Amino acid sequence: MQSSFSLSLSSASPITGRSDGGATSTAPDLFFSSTTTPSQLRFCGLRREAFSGCKSSNNALLLKQLRPMKKISASSSRNGTPSKGFDYDLVIIGAGVGGHGAALHAVEKGLKTAIIEGDVVGGTCVNRGCVPSKALLAVSGRMRELQNEHHMKSFGLQVAAAGYDRQQVADHAQNLATKIRNNLTNSMKSLGVDILTGFGTVVGPQKVKYGKVGESETLITAKDIIIATGSVPFVPKGVEVDGKTVITSDHALKLETVPEWIVIVGSGYIGLEFSDVYTALGSEVTFVEALDQLMPGFDPEIGKLAQRVLINPRKIDYHTGVFASKITPARDGKPVTIELIDAKTKELKDTLEVDAALIATGRAPFTQGLGLENVNVETQRGFIPVDERMRVIDSKGKLVPHLYCIGDANGKMMLAHAASAQGISVVEQVSGKDHVLNHLSIPAACFTHPEISMVGLTEPQAREKAEKEGFEISIAKTSFKANTKALAENEGEGIAKLIYRPDNGEILGVHIFGMHAADLIHEASNAMALGTRIQDIKYAVHAHPTLSEVIDELFKSAKVKSDVPSAVAEPVAV
Amino acid sequence: MSSSLLQSRVPTALSFSSSIAGGTKPQWRFTSAPAVTFTRRTRNSTIHAKIREIFMPALSSTMTEGKIVSWIKSEGDVLSKGESVVVVESDKADMDVETFYDGILAAIVVAEGESAPVGAPIGLLAETEAEIEEAKAKAAGAGSSAPSTPAASAPSPPPPPAPVAAAPTPVAAPVAADGPRKIVSTPFAKKLAKQHKVDINKLVGTGPFGRITPADVEAAAGIAPAKSSAAPVTAAAHAPAAAAAAAPAKSAPTFAEIPGATIVPFTTMQAAVSKNMIESLSVPTFRVGYPIITDALDALYEKVKPKGVTMTALLAKAAAMALVQHPVVNASCKDGKSFTYNSSINIAVAVAINGGLITPVLPDADKLDLYLLSQKWKELVEKARSKQLQPHEYNSGTFTLSNLGMFGVDRFDAILPPGQAWGAIMAVGASKPTAVADKDGYFSVKSQMLVNVTADHRIVYGADLAAFLKTFAKIVQEPDSLTM
Repeated sequence: MQSSFSLSLSSASPITGRSDGGATSTAPDLFFSSTTTPSQLRFCGLRREAFSGCKSSNNALLLKQLRPMKKISASSSRNGTPSKGFDYDLVIIGAGVGGHGAALHAVEKGLKTAIIEGDVVGGTCVNRGCVPSKALLAVSGRMRELQNEHHMKSFGLQVAAAGYDRQQVADHAQNLATKIRNNLTNSMKSLGVDILTGFGTVVGPQKVKYGKVGESETLITAKDIIIATGSVPFVPKGVEVDGKTVITSDHALKLETVPEWIVIVGSGYIGLEFSDVYTALGSEVTFVEALDQLMPGFDPEIGKLAQRVLINPRKIDYHTGVFASKITPARDGKPVTIELIDAKTKELKDTLEVDAALIATGRAPFTQGLGLENVNVETQRGFIPVDERMRVIDSKGKLVPHLYCIGDANGKMMLAHAASAQGISVVEQVSGKDHVLNHLSIPAACFTHPEISMVGLTEPQAREKAEKEGFEISIAKTSFKANTKALAENEGEGIAKLIYRPDNGEILGVHIFGMHAADLIHEASNAMALGTRIQDIKYAVHAHPTLSEVIDELFKSAKVKSDVPSAVAEPVAV
Repeated sequence: MSSSLLQSRVPTALSFSSSIAGGTKPQWRFTSAPAVTFTRRTRNSTIHAKIREIFMPALSSTMTEGKIVSWIKSEGDVLSKGESVVVVESDKADMDVETFYDGILAAIVVAEGESAPVGAPIGLLAETEAEIEEAKAKAAGAGSSAPSTPAASAPSPPPPPAPVAAAPTPVAAPVAADGPRKIVSTPFAKKLAKQHKVDINKLVGTGPFGRITPADVEAAAGIAPAKSSAAPVTAAAHAPAAAAAAAPAKSAPTFAEIPGATIVPFTTMQAAVSKNMIESLSVPTFRVGYPIITDALDALYEKVKPKGVTMTALLAKAAAMALVQHPVVNASCKDGKSFTYNSSINIAVAVAINGGLITPVLPDADKLDLYLLSQKWKELVEKARSKQLQPHEYNSGTFTLSNLGMFGVDRFDAILPPGQAWGAIMAVGASKPTAVADKDGYFSVKSQMLVNVTADHRIVYGADLAAFLKTFAKIVQEPDSLTM
């Protein structure tokens, strides 16, 4: 039974599909990047929930199908019965990807679970982040291809002038968001998670009240509470957002206009993805980046190549080392004006006059009104301080019992799938099993054309660590140019880079720039999560011809001193 | 298949991995040290002749030639050992190539986008500034000596500036709006300007808020506007077109400058016309004229005018019907080697607009009836006025009509612009009362107009054109068939 069970689990997962998604409104989702803190990875990663099977939910579904009797006894729904004296075992504030992931896992663990959603189920990721942006990027990818006459000719294809209908493109994005949101809601309903509507506030230990603004509030008690309220676009001082010509990603995803010339403030993941969309749709783009180089946060070598492919040949220019100190929307027949000041000297350097400006300077945690003062918690720049187990830390540095915070609200790693993973980790802990998430094995991706993905350390980070801890590192690289499948697709542009320890074969980081990079990274991230060493994984067989052979080559080209006993990487909290 | 290795650009790599930088122990398959290789040119007995050639490195065992993806450094940049200088594309990957020496990049011998065999010099590194000139001179020569390098013609640096004292004449003619106006140009416009070496400061923008658009730069560089780049279907890119007939293009070099003259740069459209006019000189054209009695046509016009039919539509229809019988006049010569017979008859009509000229096209003029043609024409004129014409609406013509009759012009000849899908253009003069003698010798006063067709003699011969004109005259003189 057990073995057949696990077999069916793995084979069934793609079929049962899933349905769900997203970050909460509140969304722990990392669609957004901060350009100001390059050390933090922030962007939209692959959301396995939305696009493939989610382990936890499938588990739950299969449990239901395969052994319904065993699991459920008292409750008609599969949501458990609460511990004595509490309304719920677990209350999650925020129904984004993080809250959702936690809720599903909690039900699987037999916890009586409620989720409080204050805006829309799915949060940023599903409604205003990764999900609709993927719809736009799917369009931009195709436009780019159709417009590239040279590319088409090399296939022997002839395509007449490609055009698009803006409204239909926008509708595609909106429809996708709606669909994923419904899937997500349904997945929770079908498991019997109580979805409570309104803003949740912590009123004391193990106590939460919720209710819509202006209406009566309901007080509930819970053995454990998870805060998963996510983030909102960060708008710097001096920037006037009017939602029409000066916009944030929230507006941009609605694609109400395609300006002829748009300034994108911030060249992180959000900015980069939108530059891909806008240039494919015919806009010209100017980046404004506060740091001295574009695409901070990426491995420098990948960033350089990405710039060569994603920026230089496109209708994009940029100003680096400058802040947009004042942005005024277009009005009275005047264009949008943007004052640029030197990031160091603060002197006015230039004034841009353009058709629109997109503010992509990162995300700010959405943690106001949570009643944190009731449990003596002080936010740090808005973020809720937590330890490596997501337990909330109060102003005296002590852990607040039974209170956890996951996702963008804690700022550890602003990615939808990181939030979900943190949520699952918390549920593991509250159901009695200690668990620490290894953030270094969480992959991240930027869905430009071609895509960028990464897991673990960048080369400079690895070198720093190596120096500190006294080990050697080596670098291996493979090119998409040498890959049959990539060449068949005429997409030879790209590299994969492996940073590893030659002494024990530990993978420290993998960075990929090239076709389908976001899908290719998982072989590396799984290896890192499971502690697989290069000398083992290099014997794994890859189908030929596939893009995965790029990674195969990468592992095979690494040189590990085999006589050294291997030290399996222990999970490391960051 | 192999991993190509990019040399780490971080010099400290050396301390961490012995295999990263060394040529001695290649760590990856098919790799050799991808550092720029240098040779010292030992010249005579000079002790410090430190001009080094930068060679195309062999980046893999199978590499025979490499393409320069980009020069990371520009001429005149100071390089320090270990810095990436150039990006080379081999058969396997793009790699950064770094220098082993300090110095100044004196000259780039192989430009971006060009290829050179492994071992061929691609640039010159001077040790001191003093040697830059020498290196440049050498680079100019190096081009020819480089073994079978397609890049030989590369950008040999400009010869040393001529005597400085020469011509103190103001070189830059002041641009019309030379005030303190801020020059705004779009990102792509800047890129194009750099690429085509256009001084963007001398352009006058025609875009929104007077900004310089890519089209402005293209016009200044004298290249055809790139095909509408992803313009949304609805919003027309304002890429007014190349078209053209009459307007005598102002030709380039006027030397004598009369003080006080205002110089107004061409608009995009004017620049396109200018360019087309110059190019038209490469087409061997000839002209054939024909007098046509228009009394019957005029009578018909009076009859159909209330129904919204214009003279333009009548003439276009007549021309189209004649072209059906003379397909060669509707053909074009694209490559100088063949006839291209167009599958449809699309009559382009020259329209003067805002100091420019555009040729909206009446598609399938032989098939549409007069009323539809007139309606279509109205739409096109409206669009032309609001700059909403889509490219296919002004560049798909197969035959062009130009009519200056309304000004009283009795005859003129049109220039056949090159590069389009047409082989002939018809210039229509005014219809005037003229004393004509019929075949019996009787004089009468008839309305007569002169038409003059310019054609590409590579494909349309005199007799072809004459026969076409005869058919056209017959249709105009017996115009009942036009309404059918």
